[in-house]
Amino acid sequence: MRKYVSFFAVGIFFGIVLTKSEVVSWYRIQEMFLFDSFHMYGVIGSAVLLGIIGIAWIKRRKLKSIRGQLIEFTPKNRSIARYLLGGIIFGLGWSMVGACPGPIYTLIGYGYSVIVVVLLSALAGTWVYGLLRSRLPH
Amino acid sequence: MLTELSQSWPWYVAGPLIALTMFILLYLGKSFGVSSTLRTSCSAMGAGKTSDFFRFDWKEQAWNLAFVAGAMVGGFVAAQWLANPEPIDLAASTVTHLQTLGIEKPGADYLPESIFSWEGLLSLRGLIMLIGGGFLVGFGARYAGGCTSGHAISGLSNLQWPSLVAVIGFFIGGLTMTYFILPWLLML
Repeated sequence: MRKYVSFFAVGIFFGIVLTKSEVVSWYRIQEMFLFDSFHMYGVIGSAVLLGIIGIAWIKRRKLKSIRGQLIEFTPKNRSIARYLLGGIIFGLGWSMVGACPGPIYTLIGYGYSVIVVVLLSALAGTWVYGLLRSRLPH
Repeated sequence: MLTELSQSWPWYVAGPLIALTMFILLYLGKSFGVSSTLRTSCSAMGAGKTSDFFRFDWKEQAWNLAFVAGAMVGGFVAAQWLANPEPIDLAASTVTHLQTLGIEKPGADYLPESIFSWEGLLSLRGLIMLIGGGFLVGFGARYAGGCTSGHAISGLSNLQWPSLVAVIGFFIGGLTMTYFILPWLLML
């Protein structure tokens, strides 16, 4: 159990950041897709910019994790179909519920108990994907 | 201090803190990606009986379940001790647009409660948006192999072309929903 405490703590931090930056807000997501505000682009853009710099540095310095293992990155498979089609389906849902998976968890904790229905539906969606996977273009 | 933290955090604070979340997870030897917890949960609930896709040692991924349990508690902490009394400072054009679609007081809360509430769920619009939307998020994220955290943050940070394709897909889907489908759906 003790090994999970650190992940739980990082999760609490992440949930607070998502809430306080209003990334969990359906309205902020609509505002983003309407191109009416820089807010969401700033959040994602600055995270990615720092991410690019940091990961390049981790690779160059061959940094190690807390357990002393080299921090490694697995390249994603090259394909267009699954990323584009899956991405479009995800995007349709993202705009509809105004929340991606992180915010779904955080909103439930915030007190929007009805979002449990969204979480259960997302689990159902994941399960149906698993059933249909061999028949979908990847 | 608490008063300052209770205000809305600007993008240049939130973005770097999200990057920090990713770096802490990397330092702990893991990768940042939230939607895989949905697959892990399916597997833990016995979905392996129905598909190979869920036949793996889900306990290896239990750390991520601890992470999202934390994300849930983070929402609770923010609501209890850091709640912002001010409405969300949305762009005026977004507010007008949503008002013409029948949404009262955009930004007064995180979500429009006329849709995202147990009462709202009992309408056709609520059923489609919550159940349909959640399904699309779960299906699409797994098909694309990741969501906003796995592709848009982790993948792009690692300069992965497939993640860029996925993010372009997220926007094709999101723009289609916001511009063409939601205006009709919200009027139901």
